[in-house]
Order: sequence, then structure tokens, then C-alpha cells
Amino acid sequence: MEKRVVFNGKLLPYLLLAPQLLITLVFFYWPAGQAVLQSFLVQDAFGLSTEFVWFENYQVLFSKPEYYKSMLTTAIFSSLVAFFSLSIALLLAVQADRHIKFASGYKTLLIWPYAVAPAVAGVLWLFMFQPSLGIVSQSMRVAGFEWNPLLRQDHAMMLVVMAATWKQISYNFLFFLAGLQAIPKSVIEAAAIDGARPARRFWTIIFPLLSPTTFFLLVVNIVYVFFDTFGIIDAATQGGPAKGTETMVYKVYSDGRSGGDLGGSAAQSVVLMVIVIALTAIQFRYVERKVQY
Amino acid sequence: MVERRRLLDFLPHLILIIGVAIVAFPVYVAFIASTWDAATISNGSMPLRPGPHFAENYYRTIFVGTSSSTREPVGTMMLNSLIMALTIAIGKIAISLISAFAVVYFRFPFRMTAFWIIFVTLMLPVEVRIFPTYKIVADLNMLDTFAGLTIPLIASATATLLFRQFFMTVPDELVEASKIDGAGPMKFFVDTLVPLSITSIAAMFVIQFIYGWNQYLWPLLITTKDNMQTIVIAIKKMIVTQDALTEWQLAMATAILAMLPPVLVVVVMQKLFVKGLVETEK
Repeated sequence: MEKRVVFNGKLLPYLLLAPQLLITLVFFYWPAGQAVLQSFLVQDAFGLSTEFVWFENYQVLFSKPEYYKSMLTTAIFSSLVAFFSLSIALLLAVQADRHIKFASGYKTLLIWPYAVAPAVAGVLWLFMFQPSLGIVSQSMRVAGFEWNPLLRQDHAMMLVVMAATWKQISYNFLFFLAGLQAIPKSVIEAAAIDGARPARRFWTIIFPLLSPTTFFLLVVNIVYVFFDTFGIIDAATQGGPAKGTETMVYKVYSDGRSGGDLGGSAAQSVVLMVIVIALTAIQFRYVERKVQY
Repeated sequence: MVERRRLLDFLPHLILIIGVAIVAFPVYVAFIASTWDAATISNGSMPLRPGPHFAENYYRTIFVGTSSSTREPVGTMMLNSLIMALTIAIGKIAISLISAFAVVYFRFPFRMTAFWIIFVTLMLPVEVRIFPTYKIVADLNMLDTFAGLTIPLIASATATLLFRQFFMTVPDELVEASKIDGAGPMKFFVDTLVPLSITSIAAMFVIQFIYGWNQYLWPLLITTKDNMQTIVIAIKKMIVTQDALTEWQLAMATAILAMLPPVLVVVVMQKLFVKGLVETEK
């Protein structure tokens, strides 16, 4: 789609584009290029000489068990968060879609966690589940369950999953509600006349018609878990205990911080870039974003 | 409602009330903790009702600062966060408006190249290129400055794409009318296009304000001085892991203060927020 009527101007359009292009080139392309370049280089211990080594950094990276472990952690973390936040949000959206009283009030009461910073969400959940003084972990101890996310990897994972899910429900809820409201009521009424019960109507009509929304949200949720949960992990577990909650993004950060292996850290960044580009491509290629409001 | 059943009338309310309660519970606990004293919290006997130390805790947090970990009062940090969030939101909107204007309303060599250069940045979140970007900011001597905190986060394709899409729906007749009236491109932009886009701009502002306020990894790397810290990174520093030294009542007061501005923005400007959220995902 193009405009038929345009303005004339030789220099003006370039001047208008200049600020954004300048910032983009300096802070996006230049560092991304640096990361790609660095991933092919090896620096000696004193930083005096560098050598071009082709894919050696990648070979080293993919021969390390820790890297596969962080991949596995990321996979577990994102599937759990996506599953729980999507199903809880769908359950709530279906209830709110029933034209009940106060539907908009419920909406307001459910969407605000979107605005809470991931790091703050991590701290809130950490406080409730802090082994010695947390309000939830104490009741768990009374019930005979020894809870300690500072020592147990599975407990730490549950903690970050809960915090990340809590934050993402609001977003999914909004999009599910919009998706539900776009389904024509006549279709549902027709099924009801044919004698389909609410549960059957949900699984045979509503759920299939929602699938574009669900798939879109699935991709968005995975991107969210990959990149936006850094604050949650850093605040709640710092990737621990014993790297039990270290996702790929967190690993780039903690490896880069401890310094040393510049090439390896750059190779990790490049792998992540490839993953984001793939996810974005999927989103644009396959997702029908026809959510109606 | 297709059919009426007593159970179906009541059940949705019950499920939603439980949902709202679960969503609100962590914040409620944080608020309660911010009204008790350190001893009550650390010996694990905190009741689930507000305590008597509300004013004292919030006064200490905002104006004095916590003793052990951060020396700066949270008031300063909130101001830093506010400056950062406003600069990012306004900066993004400003540069995106003019670049979208250039791409839509002009024909010039490399127009589509410029568009694609901007578009591709959708795919590069700051987290994946964090250390090279940090190095550039350090080389430019922008560590511990508001410029270093904000400028690298200002460029983003989201706002440009949104404004481009909106400009496409503006009728061509308006351009023709302004041309007949003898108005130049900038006059058309300021007098016609920007006023027409005001709802989109406001929706974008809500989303970007939240984005800016909630930044974590970037300020964590860029700020080293206490007086440049933002409130979101300050909370994490207040929590001393595996240690009884954490002053939870102050940390929780800070958490409440950190979420108050963005949550208020969402609740008060709910319509704009929903609009912005939906449009940025298209």
C-alpha cells in the first residue's frame, strides 16, 4: 500500500529519518555486528592479539554440557510459563465473556500486573516464598512440606515460574477476551439449539475459533519468557541454586559479567539473535493477527 | 447468555473472584509487610492485617534511605526513574513520528532500505546484544548519564510501524487540501497529521512509559553511582540473599512505590493502554 499524494523534498525526508537511523545504526547494528564479528575471534589472555578462528567458538559452546543445560532450563521454564499463563488466562477470559455483571470491573482488576516490573514481581514472590519468614512457605512447613528455593533447584524453578506466570496472565487475558468477543454469538446459539452443552460448545466451537489468538499468544509468551524474565530471575534466584534457573539470556549476562571469554559470550549472543529472528519470522509468517476490538 | 442456569450464573463470579484474589495477593502481602517493623517480619510472625509502622517506614524509604545496602533515598531514585521513563517515551514517539512521516509522505532514493533498516530492529532486543552495546556506551563516555540510560532504548521499530500504519489510513484529500492552501510538508505534519494521531500517540505513550519505568538490565549495567540508580534496580539491591540483614519492611515499601506509577497509569488510562497494547502487536 502506497500513498498516491506525496510531498516533494530532496533533503527533508533524510533529515526526518536521520535521528532514528543514527540511533539504530549506533546502538543496534554496530553492537550486533560486533557480536557477530567477535564470535569468530579468539583473544589471548592479555587481550593483546586476536585471531580469526571461524566457528571454533561455536564448536566449544556446543560441546559444553552447561550450555545444553541452560537450553533445557529455558525450554522447561518457557513451556511451564506458557502453559499455565495461557490456561489460567483462558479460564478467566471465558468467565468474563459470559456477559456477567461487573465484567469491566474484573478486567481492570486483572490487567494491572502487566505494569509491574519483572524485577519487582520477582521480589514479591521471593518474599512470600522466602524459606524462613515467607508467609506461604511457613504454611507449607506447617503442612509438612519442606520448601527451600535457596537449596532445591525444582523449588527455585517453581518460584520463577509462578512469578513469570503471574505477570503474563493479564496480557493473555486481554487478548483472549478480545478473541472471545469476536466470535459471532449466532454460532454458539446455533450449537446450543442443536443441544450442545457448554463444555462441548467450548471444545468444539470456541476453542478452535480461538486458535489464531492462542497461537499468536504462544509465540508472544515464548518471546516474553526468553527475554523479559531476566529481572524476575535476577531478583528471585540469580540463576541459582547451582544454575538451576539459569536461562540462555541469563547465561549470556552471567558469563559476560565474569569476563574472560569474549568470543564465547558473543557466540551465545548470536545464537540468541538467531532464535529471536526465527520466532519473529514465525510470528509474521504464520500468525493471523486478526484480533478484533 | 444462551441458556440460564443457576450454577452457570454463579460459577463465573466465583472463578473470577478467586482469580482476582490470587493476582492481588502478592501485592497485598507486600503492602502489609511495608507497615510492620523488621522484627515482626523476620521472626515470621507477621499477621495479615496492616501494622502500625506505615508512616515511619514510608518516610524512611522515601526521604532517608535504607541503612545497609543503598544509601540513596528512594525519592531520588523515583525521580531518576521518572526522568528515564519520560525521556524514553517522549523520545521514542518524537523520532518515530518524524521517521514514519518521511517514509509515508515522501518518495526518495533508499526509502524502502531505510524502512527495512528500522524494521529489522524489531528482532534485536537489548538483552541479546547487551555487552557490545554497553561497550559502545562506555566508549562514548555515556555511563552514569541520563543520555546513556535512555538514548540506546529510544530507537525501536514498534512505534514507527504503528505510526506508519496509522498515517496510511489518513485520507489523501487532507494532503491535497493542505497543498491547495499552500501549506508545506512540515506545516501539514504539525497542523494536520499530529492532531489526528493524538489518540495513537497517547496510547503509545502509556505503553512506552511502562516499558521505560520497568527497565532493569540496562540501568543495572549503565549506572554505577548511587545517585543515578532507578527504583527498580534499587529493590533488588535491598535484598541480601540468605541473610537476616534484609530490611524487608523497607524493601516492600520500595516495591509498592516502584509499582505505583505504572499501575496507576494502566488503571486510570485503561482504554488507551489496551489500545496501545493491541496496536503495538499488530
